[in-house]
Amino acid sequence: MTAAPPRPQTLGEKLPQALRETIIAALIAAGLAFPIIALGAEPDINNQLALQTRWSWVFTTILLAAGARFLAFTLETMRSRFVAAAGLLCAAFGLGTWYFAGVADPLLIGGTIVAGAAAIALGYFIDGDADVAPKKRTTVSAQDDTSTALAFIGIGVLVAFPLVMLFAFGEAGSLKWINNYGVQILIFVMLGWGLNIVIGLAGLLDLGYVAFYAVGAYTYALLATHFQLSFWICLPLAGIMAAFWGVLLGFPVLRLRGDYLAIVTLAFGEIIHLVLLNWVELTNGEAGILSIPRITFFGIPFTAEENGFAATFWLEFSPIHRTIFLFYLILALALVTNFATLRLRRLPIGRAWEALREDEIACRSLGINTTNTKLTAFALGAMFGGFAGSFFAVRQGFVNPNSFTFMESVWILAIVVLGGMGSQIGVALAAIVMVGGTELLRELDFLKQLFGPEFNPVQYRMLIFGLAMVLMMIWRPRGFIATRTPSIFLKKRKAVAADLVGEGHG
Amino acid sequence: MIFDALFGARFLFKQERALGMEFFAQQMINGITLGSIYGLIAIGYTMVFGIIGMVNFAHGDVFMVSAFIALLLFLALTSVIGITWLVLAFIIVLLLAMFFTSVWSWTIERLAYRPLRGSFRLAPMISAIGMSIFLANFVQAVQGPRNKPIPPMFNETIAVTSGGAFDVTLAWKQIVIIAVTIILLTVFWYIVQKTPLGRAQRACEQDRKMAALLGIDVNRTISITFIMGAALAAVAGTLYLIQFGNVNFADGFIPGVKAFTAAVLGGIGSIPGAVIGGLLIGMIEVLWSAYVSSDYKNVAAFAILIVVLIFMPQGLLGKPEIEKV
Amino acid sequence: MRWESQPLLHVEHLTMRFGGILAIDDLSFAAGRGDITALIGPNGAGKTTVFNCITGFYKPTEGRIAFARKGLASSADVAALTTTGKRHAHMPSGDIYLLERMPDFEISAKAGVARTFQNIRLFQGMTVLENLIVAQHNPLMQASGWTVLGLLGIGPYNKREREAVDKAKFWLDKINLLDRADDAAGELPYGDQRRLEIARAMCTDPVLLCLDEPAAGLNPRESADLNQLLRNLRDEHNTSVLLIEHDMSVVMQISDHVVVLDYGTKIADGTPEAIRNDPKVIAAYLGVADEEEAQAIVGGGA
Repeated sequence: MTAAPPRPQTLGEKLPQALRETIIAALIAAGLAFPIIALGAEPDINNQLALQTRWSWVFTTILLAAGARFLAFTLETMRSRFVAAAGLLCAAFGLGTWYFAGVADPLLIGGTIVAGAAAIALGYFIDGDADVAPKKRTTVSAQDDTSTALAFIGIGVLVAFPLVMLFAFGEAGSLKWINNYGVQILIFVMLGWGLNIVIGLAGLLDLGYVAFYAVGAYTYALLATHFQLSFWICLPLAGIMAAFWGVLLGFPVLRLRGDYLAIVTLAFGEIIHLVLLNWVELTNGEAGILSIPRITFFGIPFTAEENGFAATFWLEFSPIHRTIFLFYLILALALVTNFATLRLRRLPIGRAWEALREDEIACRSLGINTTNTKLTAFALGAMFGGFAGSFFAVRQGFVNPNSFTFMESVWILAIVVLGGMGSQIGVALAAIVMVGGTELLRELDFLKQLFGPEFNPVQYRMLIFGLAMVLMMIWRPRGFIATRTPSIFLKKRKAVAADLVGEGHG
Repeated sequence: MIFDALFGARFLFKQERALGMEFFAQQMINGITLGSIYGLIAIGYTMVFGIIGMVNFAHGDVFMVSAFIALLLFLALTSVIGITWLVLAFIIVLLLAMFFTSVWSWTIERLAYRPLRGSFRLAPMISAIGMSIFLANFVQAVQGPRNKPIPPMFNETIAVTSGGAFDVTLAWKQIVIIAVTIILLTVFWYIVQKTPLGRAQRACEQDRKMAALLGIDVNRTISITFIMGAALAAVAGTLYLIQFGNVNFADGFIPGVKAFTAAVLGGIGSIPGAVIGGLLIGMIEVLWSAYVSSDYKNVAAFAILIVVLIFMPQGLLGKPEIEKV
Repeated sequence: MRWESQPLLHVEHLTMRFGGILAIDDLSFAAGRGDITALIGPNGAGKTTVFNCITGFYKPTEGRIAFARKGLASSADVAALTTTGKRHAHMPSGDIYLLERMPDFEISAKAGVARTFQNIRLFQGMTVLENLIVAQHNPLMQASGWTVLGLLGIGPYNKREREAVDKAKFWLDKINLLDRADDAAGELPYGDQRRLEIARAMCTDPVLLCLDEPAAGLNPRESADLNQLLRNLRDEHNTSVLLIEHDMSVVMQISDHVVVLDYGTKIADGTPEAIRNDPKVIAAYLGVADEEEAQAIVGGGA
């Protein structure tokens, strides 16, 4: 006979322990907060640092840490995701309001406490009799074919998106939506899909992917400004150039595995960045390359002149035309990336990538040339990065090295990991959440009313991003869509559980 | 002069600064100073890698946090409490910075890395990158984005040679940096080699499961490793502050990468290797800046990293890895 | 004695050093076409190292490994090929490869030597079917026009892929795993994984199949099935087999030729009957003082 899983203990039984943990958390928070939060130093007119003390911040931090630990401890005994989410929200809200505002509004404090208490109470109500079921891990669940339908709906929505926005917000109002949300997100979707080939399929951890994005952007920028080549000629050239650099990087790092591969690719990315910054003769250094020719509608410029796009098609001139065209262009590029990747997965090379991720030695024993396999992954991943880069250059009209820092690589990596390595839809979702999410921070005007006009949530976007990466890894280390879809099946396509899928060498 | 003879033609544009052996000796002194700082940070990388096989990306930012802590403590001691004797202030700052930085590092390990032990292999690395971003931006948020200068200290110099074309000098702060590094490394070396704690650490490096079976508290040992790494990073942070006189929230990344390069160059997992690697990287950087071009000094660090990883991944003192079939 | 009359593999003066450790010391033996050759010896005798040298995962410190994909590897032709400095040539006696000169993947792709591993190396996160399709990488790669044509959807790739699936189905049927084709390989029970690894190696159409302890961890029933499968590979698929095995019942029942290693050197070489009665084997192989006990173990399968 098997014993029933132990029921969670009630809070009452654990209260002394909970209090002890809470006090420890408070002490640690005090250690963390002093001195880096407690003391502030701003240079005065003489460039001498003047010390300020901010004991209220320290106090708030300690309270929050103690509260969070207490809440977490309570949650551990209840194990309800719902409560966890509610509590987390409360904590985040409390943290945000108290900490960033630096003011203690009694209404907010009261609200947070009440909400937290309500969440705990609710947790008891829901979990009162629930057993703690061990998580099932290595199940293979059947996957229906709704994903294909979903993909088509998604594409339909994307195609309609700019027109709907135009209709809904007018020419001026829709610009933000089409450009800041639409185009920006799609660039990262495409970069994510490109990197997904290298990391998700071939299992090679590349922390310098932005280098290929930069190569693509500068290839277009230089060719267009020096040789007046059109975008449509430069686009494939940028892809080829990036793929060439991908192979160039790929060759030396073939033997490396694990974290070493990640570090070398990081270093490679940084070197490209530093060269762009310092090779002034070629790249114009930090100032970058300006006045890059803008996109044309297959030769017809988006200008107000007679031979411009608007006049040609009997429209009234509007800058939105170019933005809409850019939207469709990046949509097309992203979809090409996606379909190529989906097709590659069904070809021997794609299967070899995945096999390489699973077990390189077994691959070699089956006659697979792992060198070529890795190089193709680097080259193709880099090529799509190069395409995206040249799109970026033609969209911005200027490029400078600051767009191609390590942080950009981390963004793309985070999108791939958050999406679920290898999953195309997951990566797209992750790009929407992450890029869209940071854009949304700009929209949170109501926070300004709460914290005063000084408060700018965009300022904290990297802080939130870093924290989100950590939390994401703890919550879902395998990303949104953790299961793997087999590339071929005999009777029924069954998704493979994440625990079985390999992670590759790096 | 030898340098000029060997590389003369290529470095003509720096000729006016390349003033013979004295100049070279001065650069070596500067290089050892800088290298001591890198070596201290590198130990944190190498120990953590040795024990849990992960590159602690946030370590560079822990170093940066420690420099801020040292800065704030120094200001508090001198301006609020009013300690005027610099040596005493320095010692107190050093010890307190070690303590508070250790609290940070312990917390980071506990919250961001420990829950991921046994999870998939990329998870701790990505979590560490997230932590690194968080730390830099957290410091920016609470301390502002501007450079924080401190008044110069231990600035008096001793002339080592004089009368030649170039006077070689040794600043007191360089003596302080080198002396503190040597003292702390000795203490640290004693802990790792001679105490039960050090034995537990080495046992965990060899085989964590077996160590646990033999009654070693593996989690505690790992926590202590993070604390020791952070304490040495705090020493580096304090010395960095004295050497350069200011600190900025973004100062974690590049020294972090250079220290990591040092750890790799010395052979990751090897503590003496980290120190030797640090000294080499410091000297290479200083010589490169002096004789070639300071624009590309970071490129040099990254290039060394790549070359070492590709051609001798086991580093100078590391153990070679045999592929198991 | 096919290893003398029709050798397809000649290992000659093979020596392998790891730092100061001499893992294999001047080892020479031959394997015959159509034979099941067993490589036995106590733990640490260097058997897996020999495998790794034959399949190219280790570069031998010294020695020659000649393999005849077709025909036989006559010593005159092997010597002639060695002096040319090439890896491979069509010689009068056969189609000869010098394995020690080839990278690991080419040994499988060109020479036709496939292998399995002591610690099973399946692609755990891929399905059983996918594992077998990956094994047919090289012909499929060619059919997809090295990806270019396949990406554009032209050429014979789709047809070839269907054929590859048919071949996979054939092998799955043979190892009784057809109904698990769409499950992840990592989900299979241990014994099934062992058989799948053999099937996967067979999908590369090998001439010589090297099996590293295929019966390890199998129960007696599974072990008997394995014997059946190996005999079947030899008799119906014209595949020669080289296997490392500890289970003497397997070795004695199915092998045609046994080579015994100890401390990296060969101590005996012959038919199972000869080996069973060889006093040197009994003494050295088992290192047991009690001769009766040793006799009982070596003769286990009789």
